[in-house]
Amino acid sequence: MKRYATTVAAFLAVQLAGWTCAARAEFNWNFPPPATPIARDTLAIHNEFMLIITALFVVVFAIMIYSLARHRKDAGHAPANFSGPRGALQWFWVLVPFAILLFIDFVLMGIPAFHAVIEMEDTKTRADMVVKVTGLQWKWQYEYPDDGIRFMSNLTTPPEQIAGAVAKGEHYLLEVDNPLVLPVGKKVRVLLTATDVIHTWWVPQFGVKRDAIPGFIRETWVKIEAPGVYRGQCAELCGKGHGFMPVVVQALPEAEYAAWRDAKKIELAQAAAGADRAWSKDELIAKGKEVYAKQCAACHQPEGQGLPPAFPALSGSKIVNGPLLAMDGKPLPDSHVDRVMNGKDGTAMQAFKNTLDDVELAAVITFERNALGNQRGDMIQPAQIKALR
Amino acid sequence: MDTATTTAHGHTAGDHGGGYHPTGILRWLTTTNHKDIGTMYLTFALIMFFVGGAMILAVRAELFQPGLQLMQPELFNQLIGVHALVMIFAALMPAATGFANWQIPLMIGAPDMALPRLNNWGFWLLPPAAILLTLPFALALFGIGDGAIATGWTFYAPLSVQGGIGVDFAIFAVHILGISSILGSINIIVTIFNLRAPGMTLMKLPLFCWGWLITAFLLIATIPVLAGAVTMLLADRHFGTHFFNAAGGGDPILFQHLFWFFGHPEVYILLLPVWGLMPHVLATFSRKPVYGYKGQVYGFVGIGVLSVVVWAHHFLTAGLPVPALLYFMYSTMAISLPLAVLFFCWIATMWRGAMTFETPMLFAVGFIVLFGIAGLTGLVLADVAADAQYHHSYFVVAHFHYALFAGGIMGVMTGVYYWLPKWTGRMYSETLGQWHFWLTVLSFNLTFMPQFFLGLAGMPRRIPDYALQFAEFNAISTVGAFILGISQLLFAWNIIQCARGHGPQAAGRVWEGAEGLEWELSSPPPHHSWAVQPQVK
Repeated sequence: MKRYATTVAAFLAVQLAGWTCAARAEFNWNFPPPATPIARDTLAIHNEFMLIITALFVVVFAIMIYSLARHRKDAGHAPANFSGPRGALQWFWVLVPFAILLFIDFVLMGIPAFHAVIEMEDTKTRADMVVKVTGLQWKWQYEYPDDGIRFMSNLTTPPEQIAGAVAKGEHYLLEVDNPLVLPVGKKVRVLLTATDVIHTWWVPQFGVKRDAIPGFIRETWVKIEAPGVYRGQCAELCGKGHGFMPVVVQALPEAEYAAWRDAKKIELAQAAAGADRAWSKDELIAKGKEVYAKQCAACHQPEGQGLPPAFPALSGSKIVNGPLLAMDGKPLPDSHVDRVMNGKDGTAMQAFKNTLDDVELAAVITFERNALGNQRGDMIQPAQIKALR
Repeated sequence: MDTATTTAHGHTAGDHGGGYHPTGILRWLTTTNHKDIGTMYLTFALIMFFVGGAMILAVRAELFQPGLQLMQPELFNQLIGVHALVMIFAALMPAATGFANWQIPLMIGAPDMALPRLNNWGFWLLPPAAILLTLPFALALFGIGDGAIATGWTFYAPLSVQGGIGVDFAIFAVHILGISSILGSINIIVTIFNLRAPGMTLMKLPLFCWGWLITAFLLIATIPVLAGAVTMLLADRHFGTHFFNAAGGGDPILFQHLFWFFGHPEVYILLLPVWGLMPHVLATFSRKPVYGYKGQVYGFVGIGVLSVVVWAHHFLTAGLPVPALLYFMYSTMAISLPLAVLFFCWIATMWRGAMTFETPMLFAVGFIVLFGIAGLTGLVLADVAADAQYHHSYFVVAHFHYALFAGGIMGVMTGVYYWLPKWTGRMYSETLGQWHFWLTVLSFNLTFMPQFFLGLAGMPRRIPDYALQFAEFNAISTVGAFILGISQLLFAWNIIQCARGHGPQAAGRVWEGAEGLEWELSSPPPHHSWAVQPQVK
């Protein structure tokens, strides 16, 4: 008896000591502070449920530990011989826990859970605006259908930080170039889809997590209560870049949001206008270099050597060094332009015509043909891409 | 274990005169003896337990700090998926089948399994499947293909359609493992239904056999669905079908429905044999009859039935319609009822007994407490709204390791310590066993308790690198995992010592309070046991 008590005490002491040391470092023991009504509800339900299951755990195992301490051979306890409830009174005591459990399952937990589900799934009632989120390997695209705004959101953490060559920044792996910008206090209906594999859009402080499924639209909603920057991540394994496609949402007061929206519209209009002028080869290569670094280098590698066999090399590639267009100006199947614009089924190579604009497509194609060890010397104009769409 | 069973073999070979008794490797290749086959299953499971463990220790080492230090994400993704497939299909399931092979004939008074040649084939399918699963790692080293399956063990389309040859290898491995499981299940069902000793009605069947009987039916019901799903995947990958491709009229979520129609019962397939074993151990070391035998049998049946109607709680964030969400939420919560029956009966079996705490009893009690945590967190996971936060996060990882390590593996360890003296005729080292238990429990909690908090704080699962806020808990978890891994060497050493014939001789009735036919036989039992059929009153 004494020996076991000592062992148990030692065990608990070690665990406790571990947790005490741990308590000094930075730890989050629960959900991050909620930023939407759903997240507040979820946190409240979660806290309540944790109390319920902790109480169940303590009560059940207190009974068991009492038995372990009392009903021992070395304490001189003689074994009883019962193998089931005997008589009405014992049956009553056997059935009571199950009545309690039924009540916990379907009333105490079941009713709040029902209301939370209904609220969470009500994406349409009094929605103020719609945002479309598209998951791609391994970035997010955000689109505001009412305003004609569309842009990509890429991880900005430098590879040197990931490799450990330089110190990691405060928002390591949770930082992007273009966050999703949303107004505070508006019910935003979020439509989700994907172009390649299943991704999951998740911002813990919003209390919502929903899969983005290629070929289907799923939806959820958020109503952010305070301005700020909210960070989350893709939550469904989506390939090698799964850990590197954060979700960053910037919530702005309504007036600032309107200003951002108008500025973004002008910026995008200017970019689109670029498609109508003639670009020089050097301009395209310079622009293409930026696009390549953001969109292509993760798989095809910064120097174009690729990671065969999944991600082929572009340096010396037959496709990249093939002809640009057919003699009559039509696209050639399986040509460089076709592959970049339309992707390849069943591989990670996606149809970039959905995510890049004419200038970006022309630039990256021209860059690939004249860099990364390739010297085709030719170029394609944004206007030509526009005509091919 | 080899030496011990050889001794048993040599002992009884004489009794049977000039039968065909090859020795060496041929003996093991051709054996149809349930004890030999049980030993092979258990040995295979133990080896694969260390293989799968080594994989995940590499993963935990990578996760010790933020940043990529040891491996690239490609290899990381392969290791997590193959770890799960190895642990589930090549460690836990074969261990349970090994128990069944050794124990069911002994416990029901049968001379052997009903279909001995099928039994042999069922085992020998396993090594090729394990090789198929892990071979792509080696092939990649020689520049062939891009490594093993990198989709996690769940094979989710379209990621798996996109994947390399590792996916094809895994598909065929799963097919072969599935055939093996179905053969094993048929054998167990036929044996239990036909070879029980006279007087042993179904309601006198030992609970371990009841647990396995339900498992066997679940396997036969669900493995073909998994086989169908991965075959459809194979067709999508190579033969131009579009089952899971929306552009061709398919649906990626169809794959998840099919996979989890198998995947959820699979959890109970892994756990039912252990739940069947628990009352035997608890009753033995409490020196008291099993409490609520009928209740437990009905509990097993209830869980078996419920397990095939709750599958979609594994993808509640996939955007199911509201009625489906509500249905799957409430049906999942309902599983807590039959499970509560089992917990009630386990504790009531100990209640007012005269308990002693040898290693099997320690593991049984540890199992009940830690599996309790799995059950309770499972109850909150069923809630759709809260699940939106828990899902795909480390909360789920912690939950299912409490279910499958504390529930599954520690349950298997309970059985090994309980029956090892019966199988080998030697007592294991009690001191080593106790060390093994305390180190396992301590380091298991050190590994997985922090993962609950990581999940709540918002760390997604299956990421090779993470934000700085998750660093401390991950470091603790990695330290725990390495202690946990190394502690298992004590387990292996204890088994090897018994198998080599070291340790005190074990009596036929190894434990003072043990009841049941298997304890009527000598330890180890003769190569062909129950030559004279026992009678059950």
